[in-house]
Amino acid sequence: MSTVELILIIVAAVLVVAATGLGVATRSHRRLRAPGPPEGVGARTAPSPVAAPPVPGEVEPAEVAPKAPAEEAGPSERPALRERLGKARQLLGGYLDGIRGRGFDDSTFDELEEALLLADAGVRTTTRVLDDLRAKVRSGEVEAQPEALLDALRADLVAMFEGDRPDLAMGDSEGPTIWLFVGVNGVGKTTTIGKVAARETAEGRSVVLAAGDTFRAAAGEQLETWAERSGASLIRGAEGADPSSVIFDAVAHAAARSVDLVLADTAGRLHTKVNLMEELRKVRRIAERPPGRLTEVLLVLDATTGQNGLVQAKQFTEAVGVTGIVLTKLDGTAKGGVVLAIRSELGLPIKLVGLGETAADLVEFDPEEFVTALFG
Amino acid sequence: MFETLTDRFEGILTRLRSRGRLGDAEVNEVLREIRVALLEADVNLNVVKDLIERIRARCSGADLSKSLTPAQQVIKVVNEELTATLGGEPLKLHYASKPPTVVLLAGLQGSGKTTAAAKLARWFKQQGRNPLLVAADLQRPAAVEQLRILGQDIGVSVFSEPTDPVAVARNGLAEAQRIGRDVLIVDTAGRLAIDEALMAEVRAISDAVQPHYTFFVVDAMTGQDAVQTAEAFNETLALDGVILTKVDGDARGGAALSVKQVVGKPIAFVSTGERPADFETFYPDRLASRILGMGDVLSLIEKAEREYDEGVAERATERLIAGHFTLEDFLEQLQQIKRMGPLTGMLGMLPGVPKEIRDAKIDDKDVGRIEAMIQSMTPGERRDPTVLDGSRRLRIANGSGTSTTELNNLLRQFKEMQKMMRSFGPMGRLVSANKSKKPNRKQPKGGRFTPSRRGTG
Repeated sequence: MSTVELILIIVAAVLVVAATGLGVATRSHRRLRAPGPPEGVGARTAPSPVAAPPVPGEVEPAEVAPKAPAEEAGPSERPALRERLGKARQLLGGYLDGIRGRGFDDSTFDELEEALLLADAGVRTTTRVLDDLRAKVRSGEVEAQPEALLDALRADLVAMFEGDRPDLAMGDSEGPTIWLFVGVNGVGKTTTIGKVAARETAEGRSVVLAAGDTFRAAAGEQLETWAERSGASLIRGAEGADPSSVIFDAVAHAAARSVDLVLADTAGRLHTKVNLMEELRKVRRIAERPPGRLTEVLLVLDATTGQNGLVQAKQFTEAVGVTGIVLTKLDGTAKGGVVLAIRSELGLPIKLVGLGETAADLVEFDPEEFVTALFG
Repeated sequence: MFETLTDRFEGILTRLRSRGRLGDAEVNEVLREIRVALLEADVNLNVVKDLIERIRARCSGADLSKSLTPAQQVIKVVNEELTATLGGEPLKLHYASKPPTVVLLAGLQGSGKTTAAAKLARWFKQQGRNPLLVAADLQRPAAVEQLRILGQDIGVSVFSEPTDPVAVARNGLAEAQRIGRDVLIVDTAGRLAIDEALMAEVRAISDAVQPHYTFFVVDAMTGQDAVQTAEAFNETLALDGVILTKVDGDARGGAALSVKQVVGKPIAFVSTGERPADFETFYPDRLASRILGMGDVLSLIEKAEREYDEGVAERATERLIAGHFTLEDFLEQLQQIKRMGPLTGMLGMLPGVPKEIRDAKIDDKDVGRIEAMIQSMTPGERRDPTVLDGSRRLRIANGSGTSTTELNNLLRQFKEMQKMMRSFGPMGRLVSANKSKKPNRKQPKGGRFTPSRRGTG
């Protein structure tokens, strides 16, 4: 959208707001795409082409295009037809519920739904997964018994991660391998790097840490502590330096000394900050230049995060091409269920799990353990 | 933060509006959708259940049938319930008669306590107080250093010592008393609510300094777990308030609702960015209306009403639809609107704007160039850009320090938008026709226009 177009939208919108006052606050507005109820029952507003930007304003029900004929009938016919449709809708809804509920006690499904929602699996994933399970019960594939249901559900959830490998890719040619760590503020990027460094040095690899967080106060000092603890070297820049230049220096340093692995830290950033995401894109571009081989861009995700985790994964992937997730703070009470949505909608594998603040608190992601804990 | 709820609620609102009266069945359907919306916003499942029942009780079919606008009635009830849950009594800070007033911060790892401590210190300073910061997080590498640097940035001294957190807190208090500070802010290490040892430690810190205010710092993007964590911290520490952080993201923020419901103490502050200045007191009604998808329309309305005369706005709107909106009008309105605040922020406050556009950024430099170009035109040229030949365009480009390419773009885009606005024109007739069709509807004052129905799909 050009600036002119954006401004015109604002002008139009504000004029309407000013002209109609508080009416705007409680009226609905034209949308380009209206969400419908999960079942296909009931009137839906028609989606419209996205070509033109919408102009907010008062919407007369007659002009909102739900397909239900009631809206196009004349005023005298309206109440009767609407009533009849309402009854039909109720009957249909009841029938669907009946189909759904056929053959077993819905309370088990309610419990399963609750468990998934409380685990941050989200409404969409929960609904889909349970609908699939219901279908299996209807077809006789799964017994309508609480234990059988739980086992089947767990198997389905584990199957979502089929084919994923938790190991991190090493470059296969000359030059150091680079793993870039990204994520929003406070998720545990730096601590994770420290743990990964410790793990890699224990396996005999040489590791350089790149202090790519040049913004946060004492970020370099924090990473320095981890370098000491893990036996890795550290490359830092000046406070406020361009993170890309620090990464560049670290890779050059590693290449010159034939170091195996560079772990690049970046500052936490909300994906909503356009300029910071632009900065991250640049960091990635620098990181993937030879002589380094960028083989992993790991999104560090806090297990206590709710549905915003999916948004984070989408935005960071779009910006820098995330290759895998590190799920941190899973030693708390949060279940990290948002990764189910991330895996199913974005196909991103979970590589590692953080279970505490010490160097040893890092394990490979195990779908079985993870799913078991969801219902624990 | 609550923007995505906009999408869900607007669907509900649209469907609500198309019905005259609401029976129990319709109320249930609406409440089902509201339940989904709140869950998707990370409000805790049990808090949602509670809320829905309260709303249902207030929205019984009988009550609604008395109302002329049932849709507005339901929305009003939802808004009120949300505001009530989020709000209630705001936190009133009373300073201790015997200084210092002690403030303790606690929360999970990564919630933003250290940054919040510095922001709080700066806030107290602005209130004319003389705070001392205590860095009692000895667990996280360089946490003390981080607070020291932040303290330097805001001109507040930081006390710490490499002993243990309880001793640091206790000695920090003694230090504050010794040097005559009237506020003491104690930053602590992040800790899990289920870590017994660490919870005992923070309890010990609290016992040692006897805080007047204990704030639970919680990340706005927290999911369902917010309740469990808040309950545990509240049990151990008897919280006085909540600080909600990272509110500048697009997390839906349901955790705020959940925590408030569970802890029963006010959300005192919100942290809206990474700089020390990004710290505000909390407005529950604003947050509630954002959940309901009103964007921050209420504050936008206030601003618009301040800057605009309703009649002027009406006439300008009508010119807009009629396609008589000129570059002169555009410039005038743009300058009016600029007085209301930064343009980028406004996109986020407008309901009905799709996500892609809502997140769009407007560069003030671009806006300046557009203004300059229009200002370099004569009034005649602004009213009728068809007279702009090559030499005039060159003059304008030179006069405004831009280029003919930019000018051509502006003119072309403006013309396209004008055409689009004009196509809404005929709906004006339908609007007035409908006014007579529906005698029961309360007509709002002022003009309105209806976007055209552009095909059926």
